[in-house]
Amino acid sequence: MLKLDVSALDYAIVAIYFVVVLGIGFVARLTIKTDLDFFLSGRSLPAWVTGLAFIAANLGALEILGQAANGAQYGVAAVHYYWIGAVPAMVFLGIVMMPFYYGAKVRSVPEYLRLRFNEPTHAFNAATFAVATVLISGVNLFALALILHLMLGWSTSVAILAAAAIVLVYITLGGLTSAIYNEVLQFFIIIAGLLPLMLVALHSVGGVHGLEDKVRASRLGEGGLHAWKGLAIHHHTNPLGSDWIGVVFGLGFVLGFGYWTTNFAEVQRALSANNLSAARRTPLIGAYPKIFIPAVTIIPGLIALVTVKGLGGTTTDLQYNTAIPHLIANLLPEGMLGIAITGLIAAFMAGVAANVTAFNTVVTYDIVQAYVVRDRDAAYYLRVGRLVTIAGILISVLTAFIAKGYSNIMNYIQTLFSIFNAPLFAVFIIAMFWRRATAWGGFFSLVAGTAAAYAVNRLAAYHTIFHFPVASVTASFWQAIMAFLTCAVVLVGVSLVTKPKSAEQLQGLVWGLTSTAEEEHPDRRDKLWWRSPYLLGAGAIILIVILNIIFI
Amino acid sequence: MSSSDAPPPPVDRATQRRAANRFDIRRLIGGLLTLYGIVLVVVGIVGSHHVKTKAAGININLWAGLGMIVVGALLLFWAFTRPTEVPDAG
Repeated sequence: MLKLDVSALDYAIVAIYFVVVLGIGFVARLTIKTDLDFFLSGRSLPAWVTGLAFIAANLGALEILGQAANGAQYGVAAVHYYWIGAVPAMVFLGIVMMPFYYGAKVRSVPEYLRLRFNEPTHAFNAATFAVATVLISGVNLFALALILHLMLGWSTSVAILAAAAIVLVYITLGGLTSAIYNEVLQFFIIIAGLLPLMLVALHSVGGVHGLEDKVRASRLGEGGLHAWKGLAIHHHTNPLGSDWIGVVFGLGFVLGFGYWTTNFAEVQRALSANNLSAARRTPLIGAYPKIFIPAVTIIPGLIALVTVKGLGGTTTDLQYNTAIPHLIANLLPEGMLGIAITGLIAAFMAGVAANVTAFNTVVTYDIVQAYVVRDRDAAYYLRVGRLVTIAGILISVLTAFIAKGYSNIMNYIQTLFSIFNAPLFAVFIIAMFWRRATAWGGFFSLVAGTAAAYAVNRLAAYHTIFHFPVASVTASFWQAIMAFLTCAVVLVGVSLVTKPKSAEQLQGLVWGLTSTAEEEHPDRRDKLWWRSPYLLGAGAIILIVILNIIFI
Repeated sequence: MSSSDAPPPPVDRATQRRAANRFDIRRLIGGLLTLYGIVLVVVGIVGSHHVKTKAAGININLWAGLGMIVVGALLLFWAFTRPTEVPDAG
């Protein structure tokens, strides 16, 4: 049984956290004077804060429970989601792409598309992003409710409404500052909850060697202990059920780069940094904790696989997603139990908050200000932003109730990501490096790529030409690869027959035409060697190469 | 939602610096971790036998609590030795 034995002390620990979260919202409100303060924290935050927020914004439902589930289901191969699927993309964002985003002074990712291409491209992207974001935020709310239901016995409806209300209060009051502060706080609380859990769980199975022996004896066998074994094309025998093309191109290149470099919920954290140097360091600083997060997600997943009888079954409390809740229930006493529950709640709320803050920015700047009500003062757009926040949360609550009707929420979210993110990366990478890419090339490419991803998803669903299960890892890898190729072909094809933009129009937006704008808030300490983006990026890459070799 | 955010009265730099520091995230996180750490250490000392041994025989409250106090104290130390600087022209 998963129901926890929660004491008054544990509830008190959770309650203290809520008080601090709401307190941050109230104090952050005092710092907000303009719309830029609300949406981008006035571009004033230091790199270590935005870097941790960058990671924490992603450390939500998918990450903690989902990656522990992947650990239990696929074994060590799940590290590909981190070392191939995330870190290279984060380094690329910091070193190569951030100068275009921050340097062009755009306030959102869709805004870059308006400057680089045209308004239809911008409107299409803003609209699809807004839809995807509230859907994902709804999934986060639902996952939180499900966990509160399983662990504390609350009704899922009550849990959805309670969590939504708290997020609503702190974001509406404090905007992005409030969301980012809470993300950094949440990062520390999650680690405080999960690190001791991982250590005692590892101790309980006889340390690293004990765990290895038990995994060898489990359903996964020796394959569960290696990241790169059994990935041969046509002969893949690894637990992921994919070959190296799927892993490297599908997960690493297309899905990973697509998510980390173009998802505004992530990029927004870097845009709120206090200067270009800090903006570039944001994803690079975030890359280091990201490298080590598998230790508190995948290892507990493996331990749950060998200690929880029947894990991977079909009942709600035995799904792979419950790996971490099971370990919490089995191992943590009063006190640490409260910290661990607080960490999980914090993670889910931050997942909702990250999506809602990205949603309100895109809707306010890229839809309302761009096409509906132009040329009003800052106070007007600040007011719109707050109203959109409320609307975003209400819609998230509704989509949470929709997600409640789906048996497999991972299914739902994988589909969303590969349809909305994969095409975007192709468009951005070509836009930034190929000056000849034209406005209409961008538009048709984005539409065609989104349609292609959706088509592959549907074809897979009905097993017409692709022979893999629709929700499988392989399906989402291939969906992403197809979307990417379609985008690239359409973008090049249409660009060759339409009129390119002039060099002046592309200043600061493409490789080779550097921005002429002056650097804001220069800081002479940014010249220090340890603040060099190249050094930070190279360090992260060297680390993942070493770790991949160790876990080969 | 209130929306009539009147322009704030001019404040001197000392007040601004105090406000920025009170809202320094290092103090917030350092404070909360230290508080949680102290609670856990107390539970680790006065708790029942079951509480002290549930985690595979380890008194996890005690050890995790000590760890949180150390991290919390480091953050507080950092915040107090290097306070937030308020940039010019706010």
